[in-house]
Amino acid sequence: MSAYTHQDPRLHGIKTKIRVVPNFPKSGIMFQDITTLLLDPKAFKDTIDLFVERYKGKNISVVAGIEARGFIFGPPIALAIGAKFVPLRKPKKLPGKVISQEYILEYGRDCLEMHVGAVETGDRAIVVDDLIATGGTLCAAMDLLERVGAEVVECACVIELPELKGRERLNGKPLYVLVEYFEI
Amino acid sequence: MQSSSSRLLLCSSKPNSLFGSAVTPTLPSSLRFPPLSLTIPNSTSSSIRLRSLRSSEMASQDQDPRIARISSAIRVIPDFPKPGIMFQDITTLLLDTKAFKDTIDLFVERYRDQNISVVAGVEARGFIFGPPIALAIGAKFVPMRKPKKLPGEVISEEYSLEYGTDKIEMHVGAVQPGERALVIDDLIATGGTLCAAIKLLERVEVTVVECACVIELPELKGRERLGDRSLFVLVEAEGA
Repeated sequence: MSAYTHQDPRLHGIKTKIRVVPNFPKSGIMFQDITTLLLDPKAFKDTIDLFVERYKGKNISVVAGIEARGFIFGPPIALAIGAKFVPLRKPKKLPGKVISQEYILEYGRDCLEMHVGAVETGDRAIVVDDLIATGGTLCAAMDLLERVGAEVVECACVIELPELKGRERLNGKPLYVLVEYFEI
Repeated sequence: MQSSSSRLLLCSSKPNSLFGSAVTPTLPSSLRFPPLSLTIPNSTSSSIRLRSLRSSEMASQDQDPRIARISSAIRVIPDFPKPGIMFQDITTLLLDTKAFKDTIDLFVERYRDQNISVVAGVEARGFIFGPPIALAIGAKFVPMRKPKKLPGEVISEEYSLEYGTDKIEMHVGAVQPGERALVIDDLIATGGTLCAAIKLLERVEVTVVECACVIELPELKGRERLGDRSLFVLVEAEGA
């Protein structure tokens, strides 16, 4: 589901603050730039509030954020709902013992890592990123959490690109987004 | 969590003890929390100076009781990313909901009435601490990133590493001349990255009010590299 379908009055302000940059990082891609949202303190606060209102009081013990833009949205949510923040990172960034999950890209593979011991069996987690496209990274994030016995309650993103069918790739796991962007 | 005997707990002469220490470590005068002292100018931003944290006229204060828990929550990983380096891992701090909240609160309490309109955070761990501070004080958050990550027009600043150079970028138009900014990162070591971040902001006529980090490695002299720009940290540690 998306908050937009319920038309919370804050959503219009959020959507208009997201800047679309054509042909980045390569030709043909319309890049959804959330940095302009971060320049508007009210719109940024509204973004966080919408997630916090949804997850507060639901016994969420872990907010996992995907490097690097998930690090911007995840911690404020975690702090407000009283959950741990767990960074999910590209390889070799986290010191100490990690577990890794590989995932497929359009061309090639990538890998996401999480600290051993950060998340425990029985933790209830949400995964946060700025955007869901094909869903590959979110799937890898969910795999990491489920491998250590956490329950992934929902994935939460500011933006969804529905045409890339990321929602279907999540294997039935709920996805909550604030805005959808359609190219056509 | 490791109790690291090599870590200085805000200049206590006793080793940092996780268990059973009844003594509150005291701060040297240079690290007690002085109020931000503004010389109130009518002129432009470049003339605003904060009283240096090193000023010996600082009134003595006891260490804030939240600091001990914050310091204990930071994990030290030896020999990462290479032999001889004692890596200060803040991810364990983020797992302690009270300590993480206290960390943010300490910065927010310091900056909320200082008319800060910009919090600039250095990729990637500055992205964890910067936004909560920005949200609480009503400022914009501006990410400072490695090359080619920010879409659209950027300005870049190169800086030296031990071997070679690196670059940090900021969006054109993110900040306006005359704005008052903080620069946030998890840790200051040599100060190279922070200096580059400051330069980017000053090039577009922003006043950098202060740099704020959770951890400082004083032996690496980052504070000196910042010159007369203010630095505020919560915890000091040994780098190697």
